[in-house]
This record gives sequence, structure tokens and C-alpha cells, in this order.
Amino acid sequence: MVSEPHVESLALREQFNSAEQQKDASSLGMWVFLITEVMFFGGAFAAYTVYRSIYPGVFGAASRTLNTTIGALNTAVLLCSSFTMVLAVRAGQLGRRKQIMAFLVLTLILGMVFLGVKGYEWNEKYVEHHIPGPSFQMEGPGLQDHAQLFFSLYFAMTGLHAMHMLVGAGLLSWLLYQTWRGKFSAAYYTPIDMVGLYWHFVDIIWIFLFPLLYLIDRHGH
Amino acid sequence: MTTAVAEERETYLNAGHGVKSWLLTKDHKRIGLLYLFTITFFFFIGGVFATLIRLELLSPHGNLVSSETYNKLFTMHGVVMVFFFLIPSIPATLGNFFLPLMIGARDLAFPRINLLSWYLLVIGGLFAIFAMVAGGVDTGWTFYTPYSTSYSNTWVIATALGIFVAGFSSILTGLNFIVTVHRMRCPGMTWFRMPLFVWAHYATALIQVLGTPVLAVTLVLVLCERMFHIGIFDPALGGDPVLFQHLFWFYSHPAVYIMILPAMGVISELVSTFSRKAIFGYGFVAFSSVAIAVLGFLVWGHHLFVSGQSLFAGMVFSFLSYFVAIPSAIKVFNWTATLYKGSISYATPMLYAFGFIGLFTIGGLTGLFVACLGIDVHVTDTYFVVAHFHYIMVGGAIMGYLGGLHYWWPKITGRMYPEGWAKLSALVIFLGFNLTFFPQFMLGYLGMPRRYHVYPDEFQVLHVLSTAGASVLAVGYLMPLIYFMWSLKYGAIAGRNPWKATGLEWQTDSPPPVHNFDEIPIVTREAYDYSGTVGQEVQVG
Amino acid sequence: MTTETEHVDSVKTYAVVWIALLILTALTTGVAYIDLGPFSVVVALTIAVCKMLLVALFFMHVRHSTKLTKLVVLGGLLWLAILLSLTMADFATRSWIGA
Repeated sequence: MVSEPHVESLALREQFNSAEQQKDASSLGMWVFLITEVMFFGGAFAAYTVYRSIYPGVFGAASRTLNTTIGALNTAVLLCSSFTMVLAVRAGQLGRRKQIMAFLVLTLILGMVFLGVKGYEWNEKYVEHHIPGPSFQMEGPGLQDHAQLFFSLYFAMTGLHAMHMLVGAGLLSWLLYQTWRGKFSAAYYTPIDMVGLYWHFVDIIWIFLFPLLYLIDRHGH
Repeated sequence: MTTAVAEERETYLNAGHGVKSWLLTKDHKRIGLLYLFTITFFFFIGGVFATLIRLELLSPHGNLVSSETYNKLFTMHGVVMVFFFLIPSIPATLGNFFLPLMIGARDLAFPRINLLSWYLLVIGGLFAIFAMVAGGVDTGWTFYTPYSTSYSNTWVIATALGIFVAGFSSILTGLNFIVTVHRMRCPGMTWFRMPLFVWAHYATALIQVLGTPVLAVTLVLVLCERMFHIGIFDPALGGDPVLFQHLFWFYSHPAVYIMILPAMGVISELVSTFSRKAIFGYGFVAFSSVAIAVLGFLVWGHHLFVSGQSLFAGMVFSFLSYFVAIPSAIKVFNWTATLYKGSISYATPMLYAFGFIGLFTIGGLTGLFVACLGIDVHVTDTYFVVAHFHYIMVGGAIMGYLGGLHYWWPKITGRMYPEGWAKLSALVIFLGFNLTFFPQFMLGYLGMPRRYHVYPDEFQVLHVLSTAGASVLAVGYLMPLIYFMWSLKYGAIAGRNPWKATGLEWQTDSPPPVHNFDEIPIVTREAYDYSGTVGQEVQVG
Repeated sequence: MTTETEHVDSVKTYAVVWIALLILTALTTGVAYIDLGPFSVVVALTIAVCKMLLVALFFMHVRHSTKLTKLVVLGGLLWLAILLSLTMADFATRSWIGA
């Protein structure tokens, strides 16, 4: 059970005694990291909760300028990317290299589509003068000032989310390269598993951003 | 017998040579030393600022530096000491070095991430140093909005970026510790056989992981606000600066426990070793660390009593704050009970432990004063608060840090420090500390506000006393720096277990081999089991 | 070998979860146009929590995970709740007593 220092490999680094111990450690480490991400976004969610409670009417009016159809479709795109990601992990479990590559490429494409649509939405805000700052314009009582708060949070939260997507895209590209080099097998696919957890987590953040920013004030007053 | 072998055998220190073997090392022990050099450097930078502050306060008329400069001095003193010295101090140096050794592991779970976290601290530190050299920052270490976002003309962005990056260093250290404690314990090392130092670091790691990300996102919002004026903390656009204070203290109050919990872990080791007794109420002490970590997240609003927070929230936070006293008192009582009928020896580390227990008790009890809504209205933003948190951070955390450094110095370097000089410095530090900070309690209670350099003449006597104490304290801090370096060459060879202590770290060579143990140990006994003939046993190891 | 790490779910399971997620997305979007008063927030967040659970339990394999992983997840959510609720303990009660 207790082994002497051994020759290092990807699946068994020198500080571990068994591949199983290493895998457990990686998994726990990733989950703890995701918890730090929960708290990171948590601060932004707290700001959103506070200001929506102070300015419910303004937040409603500002929220209704967002395009729900595009938001919903983009949510669907992201959920599809989570589906392809989990299939890539499954292919990793089974050690099917070509399937891993295929599903990673699909995930990457879907992620890029999401970011493209997001970019289109941000551009719409620019055209409509809904970017906070000197050029901000919104007609209505209290909107010129306080609606900027909504859009500040909108850009901060969707922006942080998009940055996480970009990091995820980078990780997917790296995984593709490593898979192509034949680094992964049924015995060692931990990186695919870990990036999968990260990708799903970023998906979950959007699952909450979508209703909070687009939906909950949709019905008229 | 061991001395002759020690010259030739491979240790973590002589296993590789050259700068590269240090800068690219994955060995937790070497990374611990990299941290040690880094935080010592920052400690002396922060100390220079403290010196200038105390010199300025010698006279009530503010005639050494301008008000603007003074604002920068106390800001940079706080920023450097909190984020670049105290937060990484014990966990990143002693924790990094000894946590794997104490649980019988070859390394932390993620050695590469461990090295990365050191680089992040250095990069964050370079940002902060750049800000200091370029002209400084004057917001106070708390970066309160809207001053930090809209009005200050100093290097807020560079400093905040530095803290942001250093924060990830702290997060990664915590993550590494959590996974290591869960997954890397050697056979027989059950949770309730772990040294209390490890328990304390586990609790600390929880705070680092759960709290620091909130500071990170808060700093991101501050940066956005300052660069783009997006309104999140700007009352002109409907933002509420108090929200910043909530988010900031959600991290920064528990951050105090990032500083003090590891010190408490050190004290548990010291009290046990130098009383030759198991810690009284091991389970209570272990769980009190976790309890402090958890309760620490429920009390942050006591920093906002006079900032416009609702009275209801003030009452809730005040009430919850008192609960922190329970686990803290459990620790103090159990250390004291451990001493009872113990076979106490007064080696230097034990002197620091005594110092810690006394000073932490004063710091903790005055914490109850300021946690009380009514009293806090009177003493908020006075030297009473300054004295209170220095009793915790300096009297507590730094005493624990120095005590631990002396205790494990023989293990780290293989050499003993000079006991006489060390005892003298412990005494000088204790006296200097009290002379510096006790007058500040009185100053604060009389109404001397913090962060002012011009003050009424009647406060001068107490300020002079405080500055005199700071001079003594500075001498006390310089002494270890000198005799530790001296001991590297001239210190007596330590041997495996100079204190005849029980922990696993004492069963391997001093300094330890690269993989810590020639053979992974198997633990069969509780921690701090001094009932047997420990002294002979460790020689066999 | 642990049972946890070697568990391979069928493609069908994942596909069912995926379809369910898409249906819930359509549902939450549709419900948003119905005036439920203050309950629109409750409904939207309930659906979001359901979607989160589906992703976490199936896609992130939490249902096959160790107790420790589950504890980490719950702990994270609890801490988020602490942050939100104690912050709101201030903002929601500003008008209660005096200023």
C-alpha cells in the first residue's frame, strides 16, 4: 500500500501513492476552485440583488429593453455546448480519441456562437446608447441616472461570464491539442473531466444570469 | 552520530544548486523558504512606513511630512502589512513547509500550483511596489468608496491590481491545503490524530477559499468604477458606497482570522511541546478553529456600525460578533489548562507562546468592546480600534509567527539559533510591543482619531510613549534577523528532534530529505502523546 | 478502484437531461410573459435551480460523487446564501428604525 518514491507519469505524479489518489485530489481541487468561483460571482449577484431591491421599477424598465428571444436562444446554445462537453468527457472515460476530438470541436464551436451572439447584443446596447457613461440615454422618470446601474451590472456580469467563456475556449483548444497528441486514454483523462466541470459551471452561472437580467421583469406593469 | 551523517546526506537544501533550482522548484519546503524571503522583505518595507508614522506622531503639529504624505504612509503600511505580510505569513511559510511533513506526505497535492501561488504573490507585490515608487496611494488599506473610485488622485488602480493578484495566491494556497489535508494523509493519520497546527491551517484554508474571491470581485468593481465611472458605488448615479463596505468586510473581517488562526495552531504545538503534555481538550481546540472560521463570516457588519448601515443589521451583527468569543476563549482556557501540572520549560518558542496568550487575550477582550454597538459609536475610528487590531495582528499573529519560526528553525536549517539572544529578543519584543500599543488604547478612549497626524497637545505624552515603544520593538525585530543568519553558519547542529517533540516532522532528518521521509510513516498514536519515552523513540525513526 | 470515477452514464441519460434543460428554458421564457406579480421571480429562480441541479447532478456527475464533493457544493451554496442574506439584512431594513 505504501509505496516508495516512484517514476513520475501524467497519471501518477511523484507526490501521490496511487493514480486513484491523484484523481480524487484533482477532482476535489477542481470543486473547491468552483466554490471560489461561486463566491466571485456571488459578490456581483449581491450587488444586483441590493440595487434591484432599491430600484425595482428602474430595473424593470431597463430589463425590458433586452431581447428575450435572443437571450433564450443563446441559453439554448450554451446548454447544447454543455451536452457536447459531457459527451466529450464520456468519450474520455471510454478512451475514444476521435469522439473526444469531435465533441470538443462541437463544444468549442457552440461556445464561440454564444460569444458571437453576446457580442451582437452588446453592439445593440451601443447603438441604443445603453452603455453606461456620458453617452448613456434612456427616457423616463429616474432612468437617465439609475438605469445606468442596471446596465453597469449587466455589462459587469455578462462581461465576467464571457471572460470565463474565453478562458474555457482556451482550455478546450489546449485539450484538443493534447488529445491530438494522444495524451489521453481511459486510464488518464482527468484534464477533460476537469475542464468539463469548469465548462458546466460557467453554464450554471448563465442559467441564473438569464432569468435575472432578461426575464423576471418581463410582464408589464 | 547524526551530526557526521548530516554533512553528507542529501537534503532539500543541497539537492539542487543555482537560482533556477530554486525559482522552478516544486518542493513545498523550498517554496516555503521563497515565501519566507518574500514576506520578510515586505515586513521590513511595512516596518519602514510604520517607523515614519511613529516619528511623525512624536510631535502634535505634523511637521515631519505633509498631510498628503501621511495619508500615503498609513495606507501603504496597511496594504503591505496586511496583504503582503500577514495574510501569507504563517500559512505560506511554516504551513507550506510543515503541513505535508506533519501529515506524513511527500508534498502538497499540487506542487506546481504551489509554485504558481508564490509567483502570484511576487507579481502582486511588484504592482504594489510600483504604486509606492510611482507616488503612493492614500485611500487607507480599506479603499473605501467613493473616495477610492472618484476622488483620490493616487495610484489606486495599480495597488488594487496588486492586491487582486496576491489574492489569487492566497486562494491557491488555501485550495492546496484543503485538498492536501483531505487526500494526502499517511496511513494511520486520522483526522483526530492530526496536529492542531494542521487543523488550524485547514480552517484558515476554508476562509481563504470562501472569502478571498469576494474581495477579488469587489476590487474588479472598484476598478471598473474608477476607470469607467459606471456608478456601482457612486451615489450620484444611485450607487451605495456602503455596499462596498459590505463586500469588502465580507472578506476582510474573516481575513483577520486568516492571520490569527495559523498563529493559534503554532501556539498549540508550542504549549504542548514545552509542557510535555497532550493539549487539554484536543477535540475542542480542533473544532474551535473551524468554529472561528465559520463564525468569522457572520460578523462583518460590525465594521459598519456608524457607516449608515440599518440599526437592525447593526444589532444582528453586534449580537453575532459575541459568539466569536466562545471558540477563542476555549482555546485560551485549554492552553492554560495544558500548562497545569505540565513539565514546563522556558525555551524561546514558549516565551513567544506566553506572550501570545496574554496579548491575544487583551486583543480579544477589547474586540468585545468594539463589537458592542454602544461603545463602538464612541471608539470607532479612534486609536482604540488601532490598538485592538494591533494586539491581534502583531501581538497575536506575529508573536505566533516568530514563536513558530524559532521552534521549527532547527528543522528548517538543521541548526540551532542562539538561545540567549533569542530569549532577549522575545523579551524586547514583548516589552516594546506593549509600550507601543497600550498607550494607543488610552489615546483612543480619550478621543484621538486614527489616520490624523495633527492632534491636540494633551495627547503628546502618550504618543511619545508609543513611539518609544516602537523603537524598542524595531530593535526586537532586527535581532532575530541577525542571529538567524548567524546561526546558518555558526549555530549548533540540531539533530532530528531537539525539543523531544512528538510530531511527524521531528521524525525525519533536519533538514529533511527532498521527499520528506525515507519511508512514509505509519501513525499508530494520538497527537501529543508524551506518555511514552519519546526521546529515545525518535532516534530510531 | 473506486466505483465513483469509473461510472459511465449512457448517452440516452445525457440526452434526456439535455432535452429537459431546453424545455425548462422555453418554459421559463414563456412564463416570464405571464403576470404573476412578485411570484415571477420565485418561478424564474425555481426553474433556474432545477436547471442547475440537472447540470450539477448529471453533467457534473455529482450524483455519483463522494459525500465530500456534495458537502463542498452545499457549503459553497450556503456561503453564497450568507453573503446575500446578511447583506440584505442591512438594505432590506434601512427604513425600519430612524435613519
